[in-house]
Amino acid sequence: MYEGVVQNLIDELGMLPGVGPKSAQRIAFHLLAADPADVKRLAHVLLEVKAKVRFCQVCGNVAAEEQCRICRDARRDPHVICVVEESKDVVAIEKTREFRGRYHVLGGAISPIDGIGPDDLRVRELMTRLADGVVTELILATDPNLEGEATATYLARLVKPMGLKVTRLASGLPVGGDLEYADEVTLGRAFEGRRLLDV
Amino acid sequence: MHVAHLSLTDFRSYASAEVALEPGVTAFVGPNGQGKTNLVEAVGYVASHSSHRVAGDAPLVRQGAARAIVRALIVRDDRRALIELEINPGRANRARLNRAPIARPRDTLGLLRSVLFAPEDLALVKGDPAERRRFLDDLLVARAPRFAGVRADYDRVLKQRGALLRTAAAARRGGPPGRRRAEAEAAFSAAGAGDVLSTLEVWDAHLAAHGAELLAARLELVEALRPLVAGAYAALAPSSAAADLVYRSTLSTGGPPDGDADRDGDGVPGAHGLSTGLGKSVDRAVLAELLRARLLEVRQAELERSVTLVGPHRDDLLLSLGDMPARGYASHGESWSFALALKLAAFELLRADDGDPVLILDDVFAELDSHRRRRLAEIVAPAEQVLITAAVAEDVPAELTGAWFDVAEGGVARVR
Repeated sequence: MYEGVVQNLIDELGMLPGVGPKSAQRIAFHLLAADPADVKRLAHVLLEVKAKVRFCQVCGNVAAEEQCRICRDARRDPHVICVVEESKDVVAIEKTREFRGRYHVLGGAISPIDGIGPDDLRVRELMTRLADGVVTELILATDPNLEGEATATYLARLVKPMGLKVTRLASGLPVGGDLEYADEVTLGRAFEGRRLLDV
Repeated sequence: MHVAHLSLTDFRSYASAEVALEPGVTAFVGPNGQGKTNLVEAVGYVASHSSHRVAGDAPLVRQGAARAIVRALIVRDDRRALIELEINPGRANRARLNRAPIARPRDTLGLLRSVLFAPEDLALVKGDPAERRRFLDDLLVARAPRFAGVRADYDRVLKQRGALLRTAAAARRGGPPGRRRAEAEAAFSAAGAGDVLSTLEVWDAHLAAHGAELLAARLELVEALRPLVAGAYAALAPSSAAADLVYRSTLSTGGPPDGDADRDGDGVPGAHGLSTGLGKSVDRAVLAELLRARLLEVRQAELERSVTLVGPHRDDLLLSLGDMPARGYASHGESWSFALALKLAAFELLRADDGDPVLILDDVFAELDSHRRRRLAEIVAPAEQVLITAAVAEDVPAELTGAWFDVAEGGVARVR
């Protein structure tokens, strides 16, 4: 145990995801040794991020204003919405530069074990967005695990009466990889999702 | 295949042990409590990633140590693979193959295949259905490692669905006794009765899909096992009635799916005269549809009891001798023969797939009469590698000669 404030700092850092007691200690001593101006800047952005960053009123993505950058961008296709679990999924998809539509961030996936049902996610907001009929396609890009699949199934059933085109991201082989290295589950999925080669 | 070298660090009673092995028969002999079984348990762990003696991994780590390490050098057709497993109770295990880290330890399943006979096998015949389900599922994984994933997925769906059913029950009752009312009310407003039902349908669909995959594989496996079990049993106990097995599912294909559960009074499907066996219908899509239909039938009972009542997790494997069920009717000797026959059938099946698995006979001979002992010895003797443990030298049948290790006071010494 260290003296008062130092231990408090280690305890607080240790609560961050992916930071164990050893790493927390290391970061704490790094901060102690660091230039005061650097630490002040870090403290400042920590407070600023809590004070200024909000969630987009439309899609739920992190935003600096009432609406996020993507929702404000008039060039983005308003007919397609891609549904993801977290804001970081938006960043991942944006990096592809393949998708020019809008997003909807659910804030998680259905998981009864963790007490998360559809009402704990931004499902109602999604339904409101779909109500005016502008959106014609819904892309379900939840994680390809059990909870993500369940969430996708739930949403697909929910919007079915609206007559939208509902698609799910494909699962299968990683691009640029070797077939032999794929695990059986992935390879099995790839077989299920095989498509006609149009030549 | 065979294990050419076994190395243990902080595994069970061993701070460290190095055992060089060879093909053929190897006997580990020593008084009880000296660590014979720990050696073969380690081999079994490398093959199945679980112990035949305990459910959790914590007892596998030597007292006072943080983790145990098991290394096994496997030789198959002159090719060598070094598997290293680091057993971390309460955390994920780590694995290395030929010194290179493997992202998921599960991926080393199937490199070593073994069939382990132990006194605990008697529970296959006399014990609960869970023992027989585990036997089937372990064998599925040994034959095709991807079933480790199928089984894990199914268990996860079950857990999620169970949690949802409990939420629904709490919402309906306005909170079970002993639980804070506010919490129950929060669950109610968060989930809402109608909402729970709509998410339940989603989990039904996933339970049906994953359950059908497991079920189809089990049905196929049982069909493959039947003639082998009958043959092995006849060889072990020639004068006894014929042995057979039937998969009993909580699904029913006999006649239209009518509300069995409702008419049974206590609402437990599977506990009363549901049709046994699903014939040869192993089409996954058909099974998934059936499973979904059955889930709808028992929904009321499930909501009342907060458990999933139909699916492979409540199925059983019925063992019979002649017209009688083995459980409850078979003598002690017959039960033993049946348990051995199941394991021998598993051995035959694995052998037909991909060459001899390693045979492990843990303290088995002491349990058998002289006839069964001799028959078993004759059957297993030709296998590529047989590892035997016995408390006294006389327990090792004369037919099984080979290497000999004395195990005493935590030491393993080769004497022959």
